[in-house]
Amino acid sequence: MDDRETAIKVQNLSKCYRIGLKENMHDSLLKNIISFIGNPVSNYRRHRSLYRFDDSIFEKDRCPSDIIWALRDVSFEVKKGEIVGIIGTNGAGKSTLLKILSRITGPTRGRAEIHGRISSLLEVGTGFHPELTGRENVYLNGTILGMKNKEINRKFDAIVDFSGVEKFIDTPVKRYSSGMKVRLAFSVAAHLEPDILLIDEVLAVGDAQFQKKCLNKMDAVRQQGRTVLFVSHNMQAVTRLCPRTVLLRGGAIHADGPSHKVVGYYMDSEKGTRAERLWPDPEDAPGDDIARLLAVRVRTENGKTADAVDIRKPVVIEMEYEVLEPGHALFAYFHLVNEEGLELFESFENDPEWRRRRRAAGRYTAAARIPGNFLAEGIFYVTPALRTQDPEVRRFRVDDAVAFQVIDSMDGDSARVDCAYDLGGVIRPLLKWETRFDPNGKKIPTDPQDMSV
Amino acid sequence: MKTKKSFITVIEPGPGRQFVDLRELKEYRDLFLSFVTRQVKVLYAQTILGFSWALIKPLFQIVVFSVIFGKVAGVSSDGIPYILFSSVAIIPWTYMSQAMTESSESLVTGHAMLGKVYFPRLVFPLTPVLSRLVDFGISMIIILGVCLYYRVSPTWNLLLFPCLTIMMMAVPAGIGLWLSSLAIRFRDVKHAMPFIIQMLIYSAPIVYSASSISEQYRIFYSLNPIVGVIEGFRACLLGAPVPWVYIIPGAVTEIIIIVSGAFYFKRMERIFADVI
Repeated sequence: MDDRETAIKVQNLSKCYRIGLKENMHDSLLKNIISFIGNPVSNYRRHRSLYRFDDSIFEKDRCPSDIIWALRDVSFEVKKGEIVGIIGTNGAGKSTLLKILSRITGPTRGRAEIHGRISSLLEVGTGFHPELTGRENVYLNGTILGMKNKEINRKFDAIVDFSGVEKFIDTPVKRYSSGMKVRLAFSVAAHLEPDILLIDEVLAVGDAQFQKKCLNKMDAVRQQGRTVLFVSHNMQAVTRLCPRTVLLRGGAIHADGPSHKVVGYYMDSEKGTRAERLWPDPEDAPGDDIARLLAVRVRTENGKTADAVDIRKPVVIEMEYEVLEPGHALFAYFHLVNEEGLELFESFENDPEWRRRRRAAGRYTAAARIPGNFLAEGIFYVTPALRTQDPEVRRFRVDDAVAFQVIDSMDGDSARVDCAYDLGGVIRPLLKWETRFDPNGKKIPTDPQDMSV
Repeated sequence: MKTKKSFITVIEPGPGRQFVDLRELKEYRDLFLSFVTRQVKVLYAQTILGFSWALIKPLFQIVVFSVIFGKVAGVSSDGIPYILFSSVAIIPWTYMSQAMTESSESLVTGHAMLGKVYFPRLVFPLTPVLSRLVDFGISMIIILGVCLYYRVSPTWNLLLFPCLTIMMMAVPAGIGLWLSSLAIRFRDVKHAMPFIIQMLIYSAPIVYSASSISEQYRIFYSLNPIVGVIEGFRACLLGAPVPWVYIIPGAVTEIIIIVSGAFYFKRMERIFADVI
């Protein structure tokens, strides 16, 4: 791909665990007594089997059933300065991968090579001791994360400043509120300067404020050209911060590529969101004897069906329906609902050519264009429906039939400009701003006429 | 482009390096020190008496032992006043037993960290070996007081003090390496520990004198490094002839325990996070 130096090289990395060893139960008293006497021996054997594996685990048909492969033959390479997201459902092996790379646990097979100093952030505040003061904990936690005392001395003021707890820095941490503790802990982590940083789901904890700080810091790290592996369930954050994403499934790499593609694919396959739904058989199609829904899809401006769209680009919602009984005036419409279940709007077919006109039987295609720079980031669900008029009767409605993701890739020309954190709000219009400066300190009015977009 | 000397870590299955990586330990020196300071600071946190506990604990034991073994049982103390005889033994013993207990439980206590961040695991069992030295230093006041009271004059033997201290530290270090890595796999160690400590106190000449051991068993007796440490301190502080017959075999045993313990620890290290 390019000739940058390798930062992480993983070859056939595998890790297995043994789980759920069954306790032996006997149905006679004598057998129970015998097994009770032999208990220490069998306890020892059982314990040993937790981490001793013979070669049979590598053979598909001889592999014992209590073996779980947390990772299986994972290979990939990360170049210096790359930010790679790692996604997957729970149990897909994301955390195991980070644990092996950070040397917390060893692999069962395979090999990994790490070029450069590595720090892992699997939780914030590792080793914090409640009896120690904030200051002492900064040093303790800093050294645990791999900093030298000299380095902490140099960064101490910045760390305290960032955390916002300078007033309490000499108070034992047990008197801190949980928020203060997290802030201090995160601020130590934020000042780490390793060549390679492994981050696991730390964004899942803490309040919105804290998550903002985390994401902004991640972006700063990105700009410093460090290598980062970032495990997260926050798909928006992954697409925003990581150009590349690896999707793990069942311990193996399932997809590896540009984030918006991989995330889109993941949403599609694991969460069941899809960009298009077809009802080829009219018998199953939603609707009644008057009108039926044949298809609904999400498209980009240039007509491609897409489950992920750029925040700056328009989205087209297209419905195909069949009118079975002629002579009805009707309109198709849809509801748009976001991830939190909040309905953003309903939109009705309003082509003047068809408004209040009685329709002939046959196939119709109706499309609505949602402008770019209008929806916020996130996943949106489309509920298509249709009503006939006079009297008004709903003919079909399919809840959340299709979904799409709006991606803000942080190029600087979207409404978020340079902010890396999760922005609030259900819409995200790009407003025109005008800023004026007068060197003489006088107020200069901005010109509203000038500001028409 | 010139980059600083690259720093490559290779992760492979299997035990990896069989012995302690000294370069890596040096790399983590600051971490080790902050662990030691943490232990020291936290030990008597939120107590009224604070570091006086380092005096009170051995003091009580000295008084109790002097009354029971010295007065009631009348155990021979080679002509030395019993209080003097027992205090020079109890203070190193208190250090060893506490450091040993703490060291063998260190991995279990630190399991939360074990699963979240990497650093040389050796830091865990070795921390109490250093942090408990503070207690030991403070309780030397007792020995000083008792020696002044009985007007014991210092001798050249005092020069052995640093060596004996190292030998004393090696006892919990060696035992800790073995027991901590066993304890993380088998919690039995935790239950056995108080009992082991109680046995060990009678295995060494703490309440009695080594001279009461009959000649034929002395060679086995001397293999216990605690014997060498205790008898050594007695000679060093009270000016008796230096008991090399106890110190040398004890030191040999210690080296064997430490080296084998380090090997065992390194071998088990990679599975710690999986068996917590």
